[in-house]
Amino acid sequence: MIIDTTLLSRAQFGFTIGFHILFPTLNIGLALFLSIMEGLWLKTGKPVYLKICQFWTKIFALTFGMGVVSGIVLAYELGTNFGPFIHIAGGVLGALFAYEVLSAFFLEAGFLGVMLFGWDKVSPKLHYTATLLVMLGTTISAFWILAANSWMQTPAGFHVEAGKYVVDNWWAVIFNPSMLPSFFHMLMASYLTTCFVVAGVSAWYLLKQQHVELAKTCFSFALGAAIILAPAQILLGDMVGLKVQKYQPLKTAAIEANWQTQKGAPLILFAIPDVKHAKNLYEISIPKLASLINTHHWDGTLIGLKSVPAKDRPVIESTFWMFRVMVGIGLLFFLAALIALWLTIRGRLFHYRSFYRFCVAIAPLGFLSTIAGWVTTESGRQPWIAYHLIRTSQGASMVPMHQVVISLILLVTVYGIVFSFYLFYLFKVIRKGPAPLPHESITDVITESPFKYMAPEVK
Amino acid sequence: MLLILTWAVIISFIIMMYVLLDGFDLGIGILFPWIKHGQYRDIMMSTVLPVWDGNETWLVFGAAALYGAFPLAYSVLLPTLYIPIMILLVSLIFRGVAFEFRFKAHRSQFIWDIAFAAGSTIAAFIQGVILGTFVKGYGSHLPLSHAAYQWLTPFSVFTGLAVVCGYALLGATWLIIKTEGKLQDQLYKAAKILLGLVTFFLVGVSFWTPFIEPRVVKIWFTAPKFYYLSVLPLLTLVIVLYNFYCLYNRKKERAPFILTMGLFICSYLGFCISAWPYIIPHAVSVWDAAAAPSTLKFTLVGTAVLLPVLLIYTVYSYHVFRGKVKESIHY
Repeated sequence: MIIDTTLLSRAQFGFTIGFHILFPTLNIGLALFLSIMEGLWLKTGKPVYLKICQFWTKIFALTFGMGVVSGIVLAYELGTNFGPFIHIAGGVLGALFAYEVLSAFFLEAGFLGVMLFGWDKVSPKLHYTATLLVMLGTTISAFWILAANSWMQTPAGFHVEAGKYVVDNWWAVIFNPSMLPSFFHMLMASYLTTCFVVAGVSAWYLLKQQHVELAKTCFSFALGAAIILAPAQILLGDMVGLKVQKYQPLKTAAIEANWQTQKGAPLILFAIPDVKHAKNLYEISIPKLASLINTHHWDGTLIGLKSVPAKDRPVIESTFWMFRVMVGIGLLFFLAALIALWLTIRGRLFHYRSFYRFCVAIAPLGFLSTIAGWVTTESGRQPWIAYHLIRTSQGASMVPMHQVVISLILLVTVYGIVFSFYLFYLFKVIRKGPAPLPHESITDVITESPFKYMAPEVK
Repeated sequence: MLLILTWAVIISFIIMMYVLLDGFDLGIGILFPWIKHGQYRDIMMSTVLPVWDGNETWLVFGAAALYGAFPLAYSVLLPTLYIPIMILLVSLIFRGVAFEFRFKAHRSQFIWDIAFAAGSTIAAFIQGVILGTFVKGYGSHLPLSHAAYQWLTPFSVFTGLAVVCGYALLGATWLIIKTEGKLQDQLYKAAKILLGLVTFFLVGVSFWTPFIEPRVVKIWFTAPKFYYLSVLPLLTLVIVLYNFYCLYNRKKERAPFILTMGLFICSYLGFCISAWPYIIPHAVSVWDAAAAPSTLKFTLVGTAVLLPVLLIYTVYSYHVFRGKVKESIHY
């Protein structure tokens, strides 16, 4: 592998976007969680829901700040590092980003202030509206990003004019073939990640016998949601897989480490793909299963990697391994949800410290799975920046290499520092736990001073 | 033609909104080293805590709109400004996280004071440097030179310092509205000094620019344009003088902030008149850099519908948090 500006730019973009996605992944889910909890509070008036909102809002705000600052970097990096790609395809993708800012970023930013600091400044209903709008904003943002990304995977709705892409059908651009499955797959990834973060933090409190009422409510809610979401995610993943097989069969080949075009291809459980010699080492496989999964037929044909020259093949190692990481974690989550369901049926959900410990241990895995999924889809798209149209090497800016070296080192250092502090303050918030409500009975809160509980805490 | 012109106006508007809105919250960071009292710093930060990320969203909008409407400019300008943009982004990261981290920190609070002050100051300086580079240009034809440090010239450093002072003035006058008592006294004092500095820089840039860019002389000093364009410097002068009067008189708290915004708008209009019709200085005009009509139309529909709506709820969000800030706010 030759180290050049293109490779460094890709490394930098991959690093910064992988870092960024951590925060929206949690917050898309947390925004929905907070909307549900605030709704439950307004409906039932039970103080525990209020406490939940108050506590998780802190984590939401901390995470949101990280998302904002790491997101701005991406908006500029596309231009600084991938100028030629923008020159060619800017007329398509730029419009999608403009719509994202207009319909999502401003909505989130406009109402986040009210959501965080407006508790005693606006009525409960208006506050709830603000929370809902922030939730809507995070979801719309994911919609446009997935529209742009899936267009790069399965481009549609344009023609080429003097080397530039001119759109003739915006509907076809936005709802390109892989758009909807990818969008829901990502949303579901967010929801599942959030479920297990909420369950993990709650399990930690239950282990320590702290904030028990709040922890029990969150724990059962999160795992209850997971029992629906985890199987749904497996179905959605399958839909995404079918689209990949149809439009990007070489990506499927890389995922399955399938070198020869064959009918009834085996599912490889373990192997070390040897890219140089175009074969697998130490292969353990189940006959015909890969064909069944990807085509829904036992004897479906899978295109092999060797059907194209080496320079047209995707990045096989990362696509192959990261896919297994993603699926493995997804199955683990499904298993955790099944155990929770079984324990609930037997009325013993809150009986086993070992299950709490298990939930704490798997809490961060959703992020890993999400990143692994993104690496799978993006390295499987290579060597194209827009699939089968523009090569990544044609899309990168020709800035002097030392500049990219400097910026890459700078960004890795800065992100490392900032992320360490983020984790430090995150754990601090979790350790401190939810602040006690000034009033135990909800009627007092309402008659005396609504939303007073959001008053400045004593340092 | 009209479509492209509309987009040029929209992008100019976005950049202006960014400068005015993020200008005052960056200004607060620039003022930090001069206001030492911890509680005062809490208050200063609290005045923008609910709105700062909305202000910064205009920067993202600027990038996205340029990307969508003038992809050529976006793809050519950004790589030539590679290093300054990276520095800008990193400083914005530090000052952005400072908002969240500072109020969660106890012993480590000083770190976030420094991050906020340094991040804001460097971000403002770099924006000024980019402005200076834009005025100076890179040569008259594509491909532009990617020479690494062409953005670093005496002129661009000068405009960098000008923007730092300008944003600090915006910040100080904003804070005059939002604070009271001793803190407000300090800010009045700072604002007077800063207005003096801003005046110096405005005059300096106005006299320096024609030497760098002779085209500007032709634009501003040929009859009959000269007669109606001279309104702008005169108006600027009136604003500066009235602003000084208001700062000394101290009767109208809102006036200095509004006047400072007026000062920025006048300077910005002057810049737009000098730069027109180029979007890549001296090399490519807006007409040549625009995206295909189908893109411009599609994006315009969304902008026409959503921009007014988002302006309304932005105003609403400012309205919710109106009035003096007396202590730091939390959630």
